[in-house]
Amino acid sequence: MNEAAAPRIFSQPTPMATIQPIAGENEQHPDVALVDRVRGGDVSAYDTLVRKYDRQIFRIAQHITQNREDAEDVMQDAFLKAYEKLGQFQGNSKFYTWLVRIAVNESLMRLRKRRTGRMVSIDEDIETEEGSVPRDLADWSPDPEQNYGQAELAEILRKTIQGLPQGFRIVFVLRDVEGLSTEETAETLGLSIPAVKSRLLRARLQLRERLSRYFRRKKGDEK
Amino acid sequence: MTCSEFLALLDDLIDDTVTPEVRAGLQLRLRGCDHCEVTLSTTRKTIEIYRSHEIYDLPAGLRERLHAAIMARCKKGC
Repeated sequence: MNEAAAPRIFSQPTPMATIQPIAGENEQHPDVALVDRVRGGDVSAYDTLVRKYDRQIFRIAQHITQNREDAEDVMQDAFLKAYEKLGQFQGNSKFYTWLVRIAVNESLMRLRKRRTGRMVSIDEDIETEEGSVPRDLADWSPDPEQNYGQAELAEILRKTIQGLPQGFRIVFVLRDVEGLSTEETAETLGLSIPAVKSRLLRARLQLRERLSRYFRRKKGDEK
Repeated sequence: MTCSEFLALLDDLIDDTVTPEVRAGLQLRLRGCDHCEVTLSTTRKTIEIYRSHEIYDLPAGLRERLHAAIMARCKKGC
């Protein structure tokens, strides 16, 4: 394959691309000023932060709990806990990363409640053996999304990602869907960077393999 | 380079964190191996499709209700 002819990823703005870029060394992230205002008693500044990140927090909660009501509760609890604990926010990480960590913990607690107190961790369902070369190597049709309506495609994507082991799913969602860096994902989940990288590769390959069942090029299609 | 060696560097290639020398080796592999080419293109597409499709929508009405509940509690000091 010629690299120049390869499809480029992330070449178009997407609805998910709402996370602010990391500020440079001398550049203050816009959230810092908002957090300072909240600490000074300006509740309206918190309103701005909630509106900025509520969709992402809801998505993350839904991906982990896989339950809409739980995701609603997690979203509320995460924002309330963040507000209460804002004094403890050190500013060493971005506000968003700190908020995601709270939401992940709240989501896992919610799962534990559902499972009658059994401990739930992000390591759940993780297989220990190393991944191997993908089995299903059929190419996909040029634009597989066009073969499905929006609702049908969303259902395929939901079913496929729900089938991933939780420890892979959370890493994929934070890293690839929500745009956290490898370092931020590791910090958020309390994992090492090599562990995040290993899980991300296996999550991407497993999702790819599962989606191939739907998107593979049909026999007789032109390449 | 083998398929397994290519796979070990797949994420670095996708995330564009490879050195020019490693990239050149990977490109050579891609030109000679259909399996590696398909793995790269479909893995990239997997990431792109999940990024660009909202599979868990937060409807406007629900969003406003949750938002109002959060801010009411915050104004009371939680």
